[in-house]
Amino acid sequence: MGQTIIEKIISSHCGAIAHANEIVVARVDYVMGQDGTAPLAIRAFKEMGGTKVFDRDRVAFVIDHSAPSPNEGVSALHKLMREFTGEKGFRLYDIGEGVCHQLIPESGEVGPGSLVVGADSHTCTYGALNAFSTGVGSTDLAGALISGRMWFKVPETIKIVCNGKLAPGVFSKDLILYLIGEVTADGATYMATEYSGEAVTALSQEARFTIANMAIEMGAKAGILEADEKTLTWLKRFSDLAYQPVSADPDALYARVLEIDASKLEPQLAKPHRVDNTAPVSQLAGKPVQQAVIGTCTNGRLEDLRIAAGILGGKRVHRDVRLIVAPSSRRVLLDAMSEGIIQSLVESGAALVTPGCGPCVGTHNGVPSDGETVISTANRNFKGRMGNSSAEIYLASPATVAASALTGKITDPREFI
Amino acid sequence: MEFNGSAHKFGSDVNTDYIISGKYKFKTLDMKELAKHVMEDLDPGFYNKVSAGDFIVAGTNFGCGSSREQAPLAIKYADVGAVLAKSFARIFYRNAINTGLPVVECDTDNIDAGDDLSIDLSSGMITNKTKGITIPVKPLPHVMIKILNDGGLAAHFKKYGGFNLE
Ligand code: SF4
Repeated sequence: MGQTIIEKIISSHCGAIAHANEIVVARVDYVMGQDGTAPLAIRAFKEMGGTKVFDRDRVAFVIDHSAPSPNEGVSALHKLMREFTGEKGFRLYDIGEGVCHQLIPESGEVGPGSLVVGADSHTCTYGALNAFSTGVGSTDLAGALISGRMWFKVPETIKIVCNGKLAPGVFSKDLILYLIGEVTADGATYMATEYSGEAVTALSQEARFTIANMAIEMGAKAGILEADEKTLTWLKRFSDLAYQPVSADPDALYARVLEIDASKLEPQLAKPHRVDNTAPVSQLAGKPVQQAVIGTCTNGRLEDLRIAAGILGGKRVHRDVRLIVAPSSRRVLLDAMSEGIIQSLVESGAALVTPGCGPCVGTHNGVPSDGETVISTANRNFKGRMGNSSAEIYLASPATVAASALTGKITDPREFI
Repeated sequence: MEFNGSAHKFGSDVNTDYIISGKYKFKTLDMKELAKHVMEDLDPGFYNKVSAGDFIVAGTNFGCGSSREQAPLAIKYADVGAVLAKSFARIFYRNAINTGLPVVECDTDNIDAGDDLSIDLSSGMITNKTKGITIPVKPLPHVMIKILNDGGLAAHFKKYGGFNLE
């Protein structure tokens, strides 16, 4: 029987031929925790009787969710992480280095065929590098830190084929929002998703991360893309390792195959308060917004900032809108500075915040007021997500967010392209 | 293991931000403190309405969203006996078992708010005493039973020094 990508990656890490629905204990190549999850993992590590991590070069903690610390409670947890990583001798990415899901790919330690677990639900992002990477909680993380292993139920896979090419002004974010609307918030629970088709292969490597990042918004354990020349070229900047791309067998078994014509897509929005509550931007055009956010692990990469700056073109954002920009890593910030993108965004009135999660999860950096409408490039619009349960959050591409910031209302970016 | 209590009903897609908002969870490891805010965006004052051993009863996809283990822990520390739902999000499900919060997958349509329930995990049956009916429970995978029986994953590791799931 043929295998899906995820079945192959799990097989190569558990020493047996694995198929969907089997339960295996597999070796992990890389383990990550962030400041929302690592402190509890440290506690579990101690409860488990852990003394050292399985491999100091394959483990990292990242301080990104509340960075720099907004209050003393958070400061104490950050200190705990600094002490623990110092004592165990593994890598800590401290404040200002960026969002975990940008930093781990930039570390070069993860690539085609890797198996990664991270104590953050969007760890599925590295599926864009043809890796099986998935989110776990703190206790699972502690187990992986100690043993370098994790138990998995091998997931079934939904194959998603995106035919045709995206039209100008329509981006990978629009594609994945549309697909989440189709599959629904729990349509892929316990399953993996595999993406292919012309609309996906035509995307840049940076744009592909946005697709994999949002797999969890369908409930999926993983969102995996095939690796091609673009993937390997992107990785070469960060790694000398010789990664071997993993593709599915032609006779692999899928739970379901979903085929769409991506050439017909319009720019999309996710409306409050669900990510699968999607609609074309044109349907909501004209709704006033008070805050616009460009950044997060979904859309804070160089290409995203470049697209936004292109639309803003140095013009001032609307007087009633606050624009917050959070580059996803220090490297992205530096690259955007040398291209003049940051200069241009700031001239447009953007408030630039520390590379990291920014206002995404409501801990700092831009909590909206009661009744306000936010348009954001993030991946979640749950009620209260940004720290105020009476604000409304719309999710969109960097182009749509930039266009809306300029006009002060939800705007189809194709007017500016 | 038998549990008795009354039902607190919620809808589908109760996400981890609703269970415990990000604005609290990053601040502290004191789960008793976090528990006071459990479910507050959906049902303000929920913490004060729950009696020890009561059940959260929900629709599909309970616990979707983030990987925060503070979500099952806040529920557990609010003295909720178990969560019953038609289905659970994957990471929440694992976290609940790892931290020793019983999660029960079953048809929740025949349970209304305030119903008195009795759950016997070993027989896999829920009795709705108010309605006089029984509801079957979807069994847990064997590795999860093993981890729950050991008292969660931390206790399992402590006992065996690693995974021992055969
Ligand atoms: S940017 Fe937002 S979604 Fe991404 S890791 Fe940070 S908090 Fe989570």
